[in-house]
Amino acid sequence: MRRNIGLAGQTASLDESLTGSGNLVMVGQLCRLPRRRAQRRAEELLTQFELADAGDRGVKTYSGGMRRRLDLAASLVTRPPILFLDEPTTGLDPRSRLALWDIIGTLVADGTTVLLTTQYLEEADHLADKIIVIDRGSVIAQGSSDELKAQVGGDRIEVTVAAESDLAAAREVLAHYAEGVIHVDPDRRRVDASVPAGARSIPAIAAAMSKAGLLIDDLGMQRPSLDDVFLKLTGHSADPVAVHSEKAALA
Amino acid sequence: MRSTLTSPATTQVESMPWRAWWSFRNTLVLARRGVARIVREPSQLLDVTLQPLIFVLLFVYVFGSAIKVPGGGNYYEYLIGGMFGMALVGTAQGTAVGVSTDMATGLIDRFRALPISRSAVLGGRVIADLLTEVIAIVVLVITGLAVGWRIHNGVDDAVLAFGLCLLIAFAMTWAGACAGMLVRNPEAAAAVGFIFFLPLVFVSNTFVPTQGMPAWLRVVADWNPVSAVASSCRDLFGNPNPSSHIAAWPMQHPELATVLWSIGLLAVFAPLAVYFYRRKSL
Repeated sequence: MRRNIGLAGQTASLDESLTGSGNLVMVGQLCRLPRRRAQRRAEELLTQFELADAGDRGVKTYSGGMRRRLDLAASLVTRPPILFLDEPTTGLDPRSRLALWDIIGTLVADGTTVLLTTQYLEEADHLADKIIVIDRGSVIAQGSSDELKAQVGGDRIEVTVAAESDLAAAREVLAHYAEGVIHVDPDRRRVDASVPAGARSIPAIAAAMSKAGLLIDDLGMQRPSLDDVFLKLTGHSADPVAVHSEKAALA
Repeated sequence: MRSTLTSPATTQVESMPWRAWWSFRNTLVLARRGVARIVREPSQLLDVTLQPLIFVLLFVYVFGSAIKVPGGGNYYEYLIGGMFGMALVGTAQGTAVGVSTDMATGLIDRFRALPISRSAVLGGRVIADLLTEVIAIVVLVITGLAVGWRIHNGVDDAVLAFGLCLLIAFAMTWAGACAGMLVRNPEAAAAVGFIFFLPLVFVSNTFVPTQGMPAWLRVVADWNPVSAVASSCRDLFGNPNPSSHIAAWPMQHPELATVLWSIGLLAVFAPLAVYFYRRKSL
């Protein structure tokens, strides 16, 4: 069982007194690779994780991002078909986070099933095929990112008019295409509403606006973020959220 | 998911000898890690080399100048046997700090996620620490020879003495592993080591003969395993051993007492360490 699973936690589980490559070779040998093959695999992984130059340095000298990458590399020594990642990018700088996202994306594309938990909904949106939202210990929603976003009302259109006096007219035009409440924001001279037809309704709305003699400064679609979804679902700000990324269907 | 979950590794059942063989191999890999650690982090090595060396010099030249060995003989000849006892306690302390470091850094969690046996993780540690004990013994022998200590009996007896030191050190490292697993952080492990191990070394015949101690303390000192090791070494090296005149059973049979203590400590602490490893590293 344990042979099919890779695990990387929130904190890097590494031997500080060994080198980067020493850690990987050790894990390889513990997973019953002969010494030579363990060394080759270590080199492969160090290259893949852009740690080749640092391989012979002690882990003690590594930055947070490097440790996290090495930790992930260590959990991939045996190419496990299932990988558990517990908040893999927590506390990383944006560059390291993007690098780690790339790596995870490649793994998934190569057929690894990844289960990752994260507090960053942006991360879930970026990486996951299937998302499970957990709030206070129970599952409150699941589905793809698009499905979840559709739950909060789908795409919204935002129209900014040139003059505040045109707001009422703009609201009236929008009412033909929108569903639910239409928000009017006089300060920004903006009306917004959710439109079931999404981006396809843009030309029609634009045409109707100009036919009504309205001068438009800006018109655009706004997709809800997963943060909106979470807030809508829970009614409070983000608690730990579990996200399930499963690309195994592709494998 | 359907294709990957049926990979052969999940369905493979291993025979006992095969598992034992891999457990042994993994123990060696982890022991090698322990040795690499000693090489890369000499602070741990200093504990078992420089510390005994300083103690020898302090006790021979400072305290030793005021200590008379009952029954005659030179104090430096008396001291070295005790130092072998002290070294094994230092080794156990090193194990405690090492194990708690592995707990604190999460390395134990990594090991738990790998398909390796529990005994391999602890066994590898213990073997690596036994190697530090060997280094400590070598340092002590050289220091001892330099201050005038000599092995007066034959090679057989000397080998037996070193063997006994390693045997009880092996047992003590398991106690150290338990301590390291319980406290889970290196600073606390060092503190616990100070509180428990220091009295263990001092309330014994390591530095001074027990004859002058208060009666109740003498009982503790004479039955202390460290006293048994120190007396065994003195006896086998042919150094002055005033404890041989003490009626307490371990002082009359120090070699046998050392073996029995080792078996007793192992029987208690080895299973306990495995139990803690299983429970604590969840």
